Amino acid sequence: MEKLTKDTGSALIEEALAAYPEEARADRKQHLYMNDPETDTVSGCVTANRKSLPGVMTVRGCAYAGSKGVVWGPVKDMVHISHGPVGCGQYSWGTRRNYSTGETGLDNFVALQVTSDFQERDIVFGGDKKLEQLIREAVQMFPLAKGISIQSECPVGLIGDDIESVAKRMAVEIGKPIVPVRCEGFRGVSQSLGHHIANDTVRDHVLGTAEPAEVTPYDVSILGDYNIGGDAWASRVILEEMGLRVVSQWSGYGTLAELARGHRAKLNLLHCYRSMNYISRYMEEKFGIPWMEYNFFGPTKIAESIRKIAANFDATIQENAEKIIARHRPRMQAGIERFRPRLEGKKVMLYVGGLRPRHVIGAYEDLGMEVVGLGYEFGHNDDYDRTSKEASGATLVYDDATAFELEMFVDRIRPDLVGSGVKEKYTFQKMGVPFRQMHSWDYSGPYHGYDGFEVFARDMDMAVNAPVYKSLTPPWKGRV
Amino acid sequence: MADTMRIKDHNEIFHEERYAKTWEGKRAFEHRCDAAALEKTRAYIRGGEYKEKNFAREALTINPAKACQPLGALLASVGFKGCLPYVHGSQGCAAYFRSHFNRHFKEPFASVSDSMTEDAAVFGGQKNMVEGLKNAYALYKPEMMAVCTTCMAEVIGDDLNAFIKNARKAGSVPDEFPIPFAHTPSFVGSHVTGYDNMMKGMLFHLSAGEPKADKDNGAIGIIPGFDGYTVGNIREIKRILSMMGVDHIILGDNSGVLDSPMTGQYAMYYGGTTVEDVKRAKNAKAIIALLPDSAEKTTGTFVKDEWNSTFASGPTPLGIAGTDAFLLKVAEITGTDIPAELEAERGRALDAMADSNYYLHGKRFAIYGDPSYVEALVEFYMEMGAEPVHVVITNATKRVGKALTKKWADKPFAKGVTVHNGADLWHLRSLMISDPVDFLVGGTHGKQLSTEMGIPLIRIGFPIFDRHHLHRYATFGYQGVINMLQWSVNTLLDDLDRKAMPFNNDFVR
Repeated sequence: MEKLTKDTGSALIEEALAAYPEEARADRKQHLYMNDPETDTVSGCVTANRKSLPGVMTVRGCAYAGSKGVVWGPVKDMVHISHGPVGCGQYSWGTRRNYSTGETGLDNFVALQVTSDFQERDIVFGGDKKLEQLIREAVQMFPLAKGISIQSECPVGLIGDDIESVAKRMAVEIGKPIVPVRCEGFRGVSQSLGHHIANDTVRDHVLGTAEPAEVTPYDVSILGDYNIGGDAWASRVILEEMGLRVVSQWSGYGTLAELARGHRAKLNLLHCYRSMNYISRYMEEKFGIPWMEYNFFGPTKIAESIRKIAANFDATIQENAEKIIARHRPRMQAGIERFRPRLEGKKVMLYVGGLRPRHVIGAYEDLGMEVVGLGYEFGHNDDYDRTSKEASGATLVYDDATAFELEMFVDRIRPDLVGSGVKEKYTFQKMGVPFRQMHSWDYSGPYHGYDGFEVFARDMDMAVNAPVYKSLTPPWKGRV
Repeated sequence: MADTMRIKDHNEIFHEERYAKTWEGKRAFEHRCDAAALEKTRAYIRGGEYKEKNFAREALTINPAKACQPLGALLASVGFKGCLPYVHGSQGCAAYFRSHFNRHFKEPFASVSDSMTEDAAVFGGQKNMVEGLKNAYALYKPEMMAVCTTCMAEVIGDDLNAFIKNARKAGSVPDEFPIPFAHTPSFVGSHVTGYDNMMKGMLFHLSAGEPKADKDNGAIGIIPGFDGYTVGNIREIKRILSMMGVDHIILGDNSGVLDSPMTGQYAMYYGGTTVEDVKRAKNAKAIIALLPDSAEKTTGTFVKDEWNSTFASGPTPLGIAGTDAFLLKVAEITGTDIPAELEAERGRALDAMADSNYYLHGKRFAIYGDPSYVEALVEFYMEMGAEPVHVVITNATKRVGKALTKKWADKPFAKGVTVHNGADLWHLRSLMISDPVDFLVGGTHGKQLSTEMGIPLIRIGFPIFDRHHLHRYATFGYQGVINMLQWSVNTLLDDLDRKAMPFNNDFVR
């Protein structure tokens, strides 16, 4: 396709819809549109956070993935039990790259697959007795674990287990918090409900259960950063350099103690709005803690965010903020000068979770790249509203895209880069389209903060300018 | 150019002092655990009392080496031409199966699910099936769809047979459109069980109506089994059988779809066993399952009872004796000779083994994985004079454990072996601490143990996420012996070079 415009994009949408049976077409129509930067709200254009259609090959996962995989899993000093059959825990074992330090099995439990491994008898007779016993065994095996979370898999909610009462009873017995999480995979329409449920369980079982030894006017928390490839670390050093005290990390490289005392922060800094806006809003209502969204992808957004954060504090912090921005400017400029000439004008299509499609636009623009298509796996309408302000020009938007749509859109638009997940990666590479995984940073990172930007830029360059894609046509093809 | 790409990323940047400082500073907000307590517990979890408690676990599983049934069902079903796997149940399961295979094979892996949610939990998933088959058929134009179940659908008791019939009635797919299916509850068996159940479903449905001939057609049917090396192995087995001049049918051949070429166009379906070939297999001379754990019970019974065919459970053509036995079995069944070229390959494998003998002979090792694979690999390493010590098979039954113990009781290199059926990698950790070994054999998840124990991990198993291309190589046949030997000896030599005193750099090993 020569150029994506409102007209060509709309025609493409029509063409994709034509492949669906009638009922499915009516549904999918509400998830596809051409973004118009003139419009402030897109709620009229898109219907997000709805059930995926059966059989269309949605990319989405489940509530368990949202709770165990995203929110709870990275809390490093707790044991997270995948409660149910063996699979869920096995497939999500260590694949999300939530970096942390410590010794696995001693004082860090992130990289373990701890499961009740349900057998037929557990389904028939219920799993509560087993849960009780395994909690005792977990305490014996991991004496330094500070608490336990129970991550429910599908059968738990279907067989009528009462994990809440087991948790309550056993918490008294072992003298440590036990958090029952009802994140069965069949609940809700995607990972998103799992985030919400996990947020609610932090609220109900952990937040406010302990008080900090001291509080200062500079106490902030990082929320919605899962420390993928060390993202939260690269962010933390910036905040500390500003003179702020990061009192808790939610939940990448986080601990139970931090979540318990999070209610005494002065300001909540929210990176992934989608997965942690719930607890942020709660802390605002209940404890009067303001929260703000920030964006640490790419120097433009980082500088904007640093200033926005600093504006909440006194002149010293604001001066520090300017110093940091100034100090990093030459390095960022050098990075841009290295990579921008190789990436200028390149077109990107994104399909990621609930935040990144809009958050990384600025970083791509710093490199002179243009985002021409984007969509969220599990975004809500407010995510699309926020996106509208970030996207410039004609952008094809696809919510809860199916594999069919993604393949067709990419094949027609032929962008220079696709950023999505591991399930999409190899399809697009076969199509000869350079690809980066934008959930796991494709086993690279960090991408956040000043330390992350150059890594981001290099990785995009390595994908877009990979020599391999230039050899697709054998030299003997097309000879006269 | 190289200078441009030189950026400190996650592998390097966190070595910088400022990060150690921020981690240290953060400890003020964490539950403090002082160094003495840490040291005490560190010693404790490496001690004998801890090991006892570890082995007394009844309810808790830590780091198991197994996955659930539908994963295996998917691997079986993509071996058939034009087949789209269809997961009846929660959509998250399909996402997990796909990404698991993506990470191992570094290939696309298509599968739909019918996205059952709360309402389906109450009313059953029939509506999802009707819509799901219809949508998948329209969008992905498969030649067949293979339906398996997640535990959600199993717990609420959905009946695939009835649902699929009703979906046909409702017009979701044409009447003659093949929809093999299998119930694959995640709380029974493991991924190898799911492979078995789905394989039976495929053979049953796709051969239905095919008359049983009076005389067999001379072909041999091969069921590869749940194999992380399925691409390399299927190609190798086809090559061997072609060399022998034996007509063969792979049931099902997923070596194409899991290794399709990069051309600029994505082919969701690529290669695979045709329906015609499945029908032909019904009248084959015999069906051989290369990995008994993923075909013996259900598919084997079906082949014997329903197809009235000869079913051979193995031999697994891995290692010299394993490959010898397989070739003899094929020769015996088909009456063909084993060609000189294969004998030459055997000789080359032996030659390679002699070259590497000194680095494996007498080495003690631990191993984990699926029952049939572990059994065959232990035999292979004993052919090299290595001594199995800890054998952990999470998805082995007591019966399998006993059979292996008995099998190895009198083997000279297996004097120190103990088979731990049903154990997990946390058990293995205690075993490796109390009775250290020289190397570990397994998949990526063995990385933690290898690091903690300071011994090399020889990556042969499933899944392997952190190394590339291994699945394209065969572990089967004499060529497989050379491949495995190459991985093994060079992994040990790399380790040796890292650890040895650099007297003269040991340019020659």
